Amino acid sequence: MSDTILKVRDLKLHYFTSKGAVRALDGLSFDLARGETLGLVGESGCGKTTTGVALLGMPSPPGRIVGGSVVIDGTQIVGLPDRELRKNVRWSKISMVFQGAMNCLTPVYTIRELMAETYRVHCGPEALGTEGLEALMEKYVRLVGLSESVLGRYPHELSGGMKQRVVIAMALFLEPKVIVMDEPTTALDVIVQAQILNLIKVLKRDLGLSYVFITHDLSTEAEIADRIMVMYAGKMAELGSSEDIFGVPRDQGDSRSGPLHPYTQMLLASTPRLHRRVSELAFIPGSPPDLVAPPSGCRFSPRCPFARTKCRQLDPPVHEFGKGHLVACWKAMEESEYERS
Amino acid sequence: MNAASAPDTAFDAILEVEELRKEFVSHRGRMRVRAVDGVSFSLKRGEILGLVGESGCGKTTTGKLIMRLVEPSSGNIRVEGKDAVSLDREADFAYRRRVQMIFQDPYASMNPHFKIRDVLEEPLLIHGIGASRTERMKLVEEVMEKVKMTPASEFMDRYPHMLSGGQRQRIATARTLILRPSIIVADEPVSMIDLSTRAEILHLMKTIQSDMDLSFIYITHDISTARYFTDRIAVMYLGRIVELGTQDEVIDHPAHPYTKALIEAVCEPVSGRVGIMRDLKVKGEIPSASDIPSGCRFHPRCLFATEACAKEPEPELQDLGDGHAQACRRYSEIQYGR
Repeated sequence: MSDTILKVRDLKLHYFTSKGAVRALDGLSFDLARGETLGLVGESGCGKTTTGVALLGMPSPPGRIVGGSVVIDGTQIVGLPDRELRKNVRWSKISMVFQGAMNCLTPVYTIRELMAETYRVHCGPEALGTEGLEALMEKYVRLVGLSESVLGRYPHELSGGMKQRVVIAMALFLEPKVIVMDEPTTALDVIVQAQILNLIKVLKRDLGLSYVFITHDLSTEAEIADRIMVMYAGKMAELGSSEDIFGVPRDQGDSRSGPLHPYTQMLLASTPRLHRRVSELAFIPGSPPDLVAPPSGCRFSPRCPFARTKCRQLDPPVHEFGKGHLVACWKAMEESEYERS
Repeated sequence: MNAASAPDTAFDAILEVEELRKEFVSHRGRMRVRAVDGVSFSLKRGEILGLVGESGCGKTTTGKLIMRLVEPSSGNIRVEGKDAVSLDREADFAYRRRVQMIFQDPYASMNPHFKIRDVLEEPLLIHGIGASRTERMKLVEEVMEKVKMTPASEFMDRYPHMLSGGQRQRIATARTLILRPSIIVADEPVSMIDLSTRAEILHLMKTIQSDMDLSFIYITHDISTARYFTDRIAVMYLGRIVELGTQDEVIDHPAHPYTKALIEAVCEPVSGRVGIMRDLKVKGEIPSASDIPSGCRFHPRCLFATEACAKEPEPELQDLGDGHAQACRRYSEIQYGR
């Protein structure tokens, strides 16, 4: 048994629209270790959700995986037929909490019926029997901090926090090893958000789950992600541990100063801080590029204050700075070479 | 200037809200939702006041009451000392020119068939400003410059869907500014905008606010942006203000147990937090405004609640000095262990 539960290599997913192919994912590679949480962070349209659905082999049309590989727990899922994916991959190996799923629960079904349907679709009609299934559903509803009586209720009878717990239970109860969480706390109020984050942490600890945690909010990643991948325009900009990305204060021994990619730096500077009063928040001028015809060279170069001719001509390779800290930026690379010489 | 010694008189308050209440009745009177339940505050001239709270706390309804979009069940609203609740048609018209609103969703708040020039001209037409189209277009160009949509000619003939979220919210801001209002109510103006441009919009609104000496009510669920954007913060819970003070006081020295819980729940982008459980100083979830708990309405969720909190009448805001006020009857016991 290897320690890597999910291996993604050079993954390419394009959306084939009337305007041309939108290169939403353009060569993405990363690993997820057993019991680890990897955060995917970036602006809207950077490909975080696309990555999530690609991991389940279910790109939404007109999207298609056009290259690369996704290996989950030893199974290559790129190229598997849909039937096979539904039966042996989705929900049994990897499941997903979709963004806004809590507001998409069919209003005319009880929670019991909704969960039972998920079960039937992925495991066939009678694998467990009615009683076995009921026991399984009760177990998972309790696990997410709800009482069994929730099973008999309709979605509209539940609060936002309770619905989100139900959706998490539905992602968990067929016992997958990897769970993709797409903005699971975004639509919730701060206090409920913190409660759900606590739940997600407890579940990981108790069930040994691995998460791919997608959000646009770096502050949420700081709570949950062991490692963070910052994405920009369908590519990885930076990947590192929580300490690599957020830095470690000098008084705590090893002084890591924070992110190396200008995009991560600017994203961090534009995140409002509650406990630090600033007179001005930074922002990133411009907007992300059109992925039908992305800019040549580094895709962030049109918005980057440090961009030079080289940046506009050549795509920066992913380079390792320190252990496991990956950055795709010419400036970061040149600075480290300068320091070494 | 002896502003420090001067009392908070009606003269420097541009907007005063007193014991404002709004009850929505549904199911033929069987369900009564007390959305705003006795809210009082004043907005000083040139000030940015944040109304902060979770969904269902009444912050948006308060904004709509100030905008005269819903009628209060009781209570007073005064702008520059003059009543703003019962206005005749003409006074109402003048009021709407003075008090303007920026809505949360800049896509839904603009007519998709209107070009940007029409979006911005419409308020001028309604209020009969500018004698000719040329004159009005001059005002449109001016205001577009103010919100940094330059060159104006490049954007004027576009439709809302051709703009990014940030650009649309600039136009929404321009649409309020074109009438030269004195008060702007902004309801979650950046919550639907991407993080990287959110700061840009807040920065723009702040610049305009100080340049034009506007008074601002900033409604948000996000206390972190309130820290950056506001002068004072009113924390609302289930239709009432539970704490009010300068943003530094409220965030650095929160007094009310609910404010403390709210601040405790906010995530920060720093390392060393992964996997650590958050000690949430609150129980359960916000109850429905149709069934408000007795006594202090926060007591069922409060970790410090005693029997008295459930039984005694609702605590009022008590002044702690320096305009910092809070509404917990056990404040001194909790704070000083008395």
